[in-house]
Parts: sequence; C-alpha cells; structure tokens
Amino acid sequence: MRYSIFSLLRQTLSSHRGWTPAWRDAAPKQGYDVVIVGGGGHGLATAYYLAKVHGITNVAVLEKSWIGSGNAGRNTTIIRSNYLLAGNNPFYEWSMKLWEGLEQDLNYNAMVSQRGVLNLYHSDAQRDAYARRGNAMLMHGVDAELLDAEGVRRMLPFIDFENGRFPVLGGLLQRRGGTARHDAVVWGYARAASDLGVDIIQNCEVTGFLREGERIVGVETSRGTIRADKVGVAVAGSTSRVARMAGLRLPIESHVLQAFVSEAIKPFIDCVVTVGAGHFYISQSDKGGLVFGGDIDGYNSYAQRGNLPTIEHVCEGGMALMPSIGRVRMLRSWGGVMDMTMDGSPIIDRTPLDGLYLNAGWCYGGFKATPASGWCFAHLLARDAPYPVARGYRLDRFASGRLIDENGQGAQPNLH
Amino acid sequence: MRIRCPFCGERDANEFAYLGDAEFKRPDPNAPDAAARFFEAVYLRDNPAGPHNELWYHTSGCRSWLRLTRDTLTHEILAVQFARGELKTGSVTAASREPG
Ligand SMILES: Cc1cc2nc3c(=O)[nH]c(=O)nc-3n(C[C@H](O)[C@H](O)[C@H](O)COP(=O)(O)OP(=O)(O)OC[C@H]3O[C@@H](n4cnc5c(N)ncnc54)[C@H](O)[C@@H]3O)c2cc1C
Ligand SMILES: [Zn+2]
Repeated sequence: MRYSIFSLLRQTLSSHRGWTPAWRDAAPKQGYDVVIVGGGGHGLATAYYLAKVHGITNVAVLEKSWIGSGNAGRNTTIIRSNYLLAGNNPFYEWSMKLWEGLEQDLNYNAMVSQRGVLNLYHSDAQRDAYARRGNAMLMHGVDAELLDAEGVRRMLPFIDFENGRFPVLGGLLQRRGGTARHDAVVWGYARAASDLGVDIIQNCEVTGFLREGERIVGVETSRGTIRADKVGVAVAGSTSRVARMAGLRLPIESHVLQAFVSEAIKPFIDCVVTVGAGHFYISQSDKGGLVFGGDIDGYNSYAQRGNLPTIEHVCEGGMALMPSIGRVRMLRSWGGVMDMTMDGSPIIDRTPLDGLYLNAGWCYGGFKATPASGWCFAHLLARDAPYPVARGYRLDRFASGRLIDENGQGAQPNLH
Repeated sequence: MRIRCPFCGERDANEFAYLGDAEFKRPDPNAPDAAARFFEAVYLRDNPAGPHNELWYHTSGCRSWLRLTRDTLTHEILAVQFARGELKTGSVTAASREPG
C-alpha cells in the first residue's frame, strides 16, 4: 500500500480500519541467493538496495530478535558527514545524500530533519583542528561553516560561554546534518524491501555457518538450516561472536555506549550540539525530550547496559555547557553494544572465506551511515567489488597499515 | 561496577583506567613471521561474550596494574590479582577476601 495524502484520506473515511501491516513477517525458505544476518538498519538497508539497485530479490534478512531491537533502536539519531579523512568523508557524504532523498525513495516518513550539527570548540588549538576539518569537508564538496563565539551565541544564547575551564570560543557547523527517526528508518527499509520480495525473518538466530571447504554456503539457525550463495553479516555489536562461528578473529572489541532522554519540555534546542571539551552531545526530539549522550563506558561489554560513573560524567558535561537544564529530570537511560574497531572506522569487505561478506565496525557512529552502508554492502554482495566511496573499508587494512584513524588514537578501541 | 583492588580494597570502577585484553604477548621481533605475529597481537582480539581476562590500572589509588577476570555479559568480576607475575601471590578472588 502506497502512503500518500490520498491513502490517508481514504483510510480516514473508513475509520482507519483498512491499514495493512507495513511488511511481511516471513517464514524461512530452504535457500536464498543472499542471506543477510542481522535485522538492524544496515542489514535491512542492504536487502533493500540489493533488490532495488541490483535486482536481487531472492534475499532473506535473519534477525535473532525483532528488527531494530539492537543499536538501530537505541541510538541518539544524529546524522552528519563532517569527517576529516579522505577514506571517510566521501562515504558519509554519500550517506547524507541518500538521507536527503530517503523518504521519497522509501515512501516512508523517516523524519529526516536537517537541523544542523554544531561542534563547539574551547581553545585555539581546537579551533585550528576544526578549521582544518571544515576545510577538508569543503574540499570534498561538503558544507561547513566555522563560527566564532558571536555566531554560536546567535544560535544558542543560553549556553555558558564563560565556563572557567572550557570557555566556548566558537564552533564548526554543518547545516545539512541533523537527526532522523531511528525506528522509522528500520521500518521504512523493512517495508520497502519486503515490497520488493525480500523475506524478513524475525526470531531467527544464526547459530553457525554451513561450510563446504573454504566456502560458506549457508547458515544454521534457530529456525533450521538455510542455504545461500552468499551470506552477508551485519550484526553490529555481535560481530566477533558471529565471526567466531566461521573461525574468524577480528580487529574488533565490543563496548557499551549509553544514551539518555529527559522529560519533555518546550522547544529549547533546535540543532544538534556537541561539546569538544569532554564529550557530550544533545538534541531535542520532536516529542520534547532532550536526547543526549557522551563517551562509551570504556571496557569490553555485551551487557547492553552501562555503569553510573559514565552517567554522572555525561550529566556533568551537560551541566557545564547549559546549566539551565539542571532542573530537568532524566527520564530514561539505556545502553547498546558497539563494535569498536582498532582504528575507529568500519569494515565493508569480503572475508577470507568465499561466500562470506562482512559489514561491521560501526563503533558509536553507524546510524548516520545506514543508507550508504546498505548501498555499499549491497554493491559488494552483488558485484564482488567495492563501491568506490567504501574502498578504504578493507578488512586487511590493519595488516597492510592503511588505517583510517580519524581520531589518531591507535589500536585502543576505548579511546576512539 | 566495583573493583576489589588487592591492595586498596573494594573501590568504584571510576578510580581505574582500562587497557584491555590481558593476553597480549609481545611477539619475537626477530622471528621470520614477526610482521604477521605483531599484526595479530596488536589488532586481533578474541572479544569474548563471557569471562574476559583484562588489564586495569588503579589510577586514583595505589597505581598498580591489575589483572581482572570479568564477565562481559553481566559485568560481574570473577577474579582480581596484581598483573605483575611476582606479585601474583597477592591474588584474591571476589569471594575470598574482605576489602583491606
Ligand atoms: C546509545 C547509542 C547511541 C548512538 N548514537 C548514534 C548517533 O547519534 N549517530 C550515529 O550515527 N550512530 C549512533 N550510534 C551507533 C549506531 O546505532 C550503530 O552503529 C548502528 O545502529 C549499527 O548498525 P545496525 O543498525 O545494523 O545495528 P543493530 O541495530 O544493532 O543490528 C544488528 C542486529 O543483528 C542482530 N543479531 C546479532 N547476532 C545475531 C545472530 N547470531 N543472528 C541473527 N541476528 C543477530 C541483532 O539482534 C541486531 O538486531 C549509537 C549507538 C548507541 C548504542
Ligand atoms: Zn589499588
């Protein structure tokens, strides 16, 4: 069913009794051309672009729980393409371009809101670093503006500019950045993929791989054996666990990242603000809640919940930046499991095993990547060659030394 | 999460800094396959879901390096000992000793 003003009016006249489910909850068949493991944003986007761009529709997405139950449903919804390095920037900009046309393409309201992403700087050195990043963005054809304190004051008059330790001296602004409704992105891709014939199979956990020699030819699941010409793994924080079933050891650690939402208040913050001093970022959802977060907790974890010191640390960052939120009550906090790579950048590549493909290592920033990740992974699965903007995301870059280390931290995942 | 330092007793995890997997072994730089072994040691991780041996540093305490066994699924700390081999006799498990 196509969504439009006319379908809405028609349904209104029949008291909204005619709406059908947005996508088919399929049962597994014996085999597929492509099986995608993981029904998060990336897995579903991959299936959609396989069907739409490459005409491969005999595809299944296997999700161990319900779709969007992982990080896709837990993130703080920020989308941006303000990256420094040449290996990253064109990829995230391609994602931004896909975001800009996503709702029309999917015929689904993903609430993409280009409200601007503003990174604040607090020292001369940090201003220089942001100027450099902004220039790199401009050279890649991405929008960027360097604001001084006055420029920031016009946008956010209520923040504490005079903080003794971390005064706000200005910021790097990407106006095309913003937010999108995370669940709607999952549902929109699921619906569009399902319409093109993709089977979305929930409560179907992959428990092993079918192997013939050095070739992967399918998966064992909690709902039986499923054969496939190609298997694409897109399981985010569970990547090491799933890869181990195929005998692979990866340059990945799983870490927990927490996020927070306050009670709803009147419109207050109309962009995304990040603080360069500690790590704190905040935006306001359309329901009015302040959505905010900070650093990962910093130790290996699969627990999907974090500890109190990080909560305290994030809230301190918020109070330092905007003391006015001090009396707003925090409503909820939660955690998700990040697949942190050794250079902080993702992997979209084949594996040493024929027939097995890997999409992983999205760290704490893979939501914004969802459209381009799906696009590039679908291209790789369909053509056995990387899509140009994802060429740097090779699995062997750690051995060859071609790292994409945006933060310059080295092989220490909890610092990326 | 609270960590029972063998020297300081039970303290908030906030006092400690995390390094990571404790099984790191520096490969022999003169071995013929040294490049491959260094790649594995520096970049590849088991990243288990379950008990994990890991190094923590008691930054805001006695400044000892500690070797913990911690369940990454529950954050439960199963064992703590000094990381330095000769101090291993000072090892304690979460159940075996009251905080000092
Ligand atoms: C608190 C938090 C805040 C974040 N904020 C942002 C942000 O503001 N901006 C941004 O760009 N990114 C953000 N991220 C990161 C982003 O959410 C992730 O990088 C991204 O969602 C990962 O891709 P995904 O959607 O496919 O993952 P997921 O939704 O986690 O999908 C993976 C799926 O695989 C399934 N799975 C696992 N194992 C198996 C198995 N054996 N068999 C079958 N299925 C399996 C899981 O159940 C899961 O549904 C944030 C993450 C968190 C946790
Ligand atoms: Zn101590």
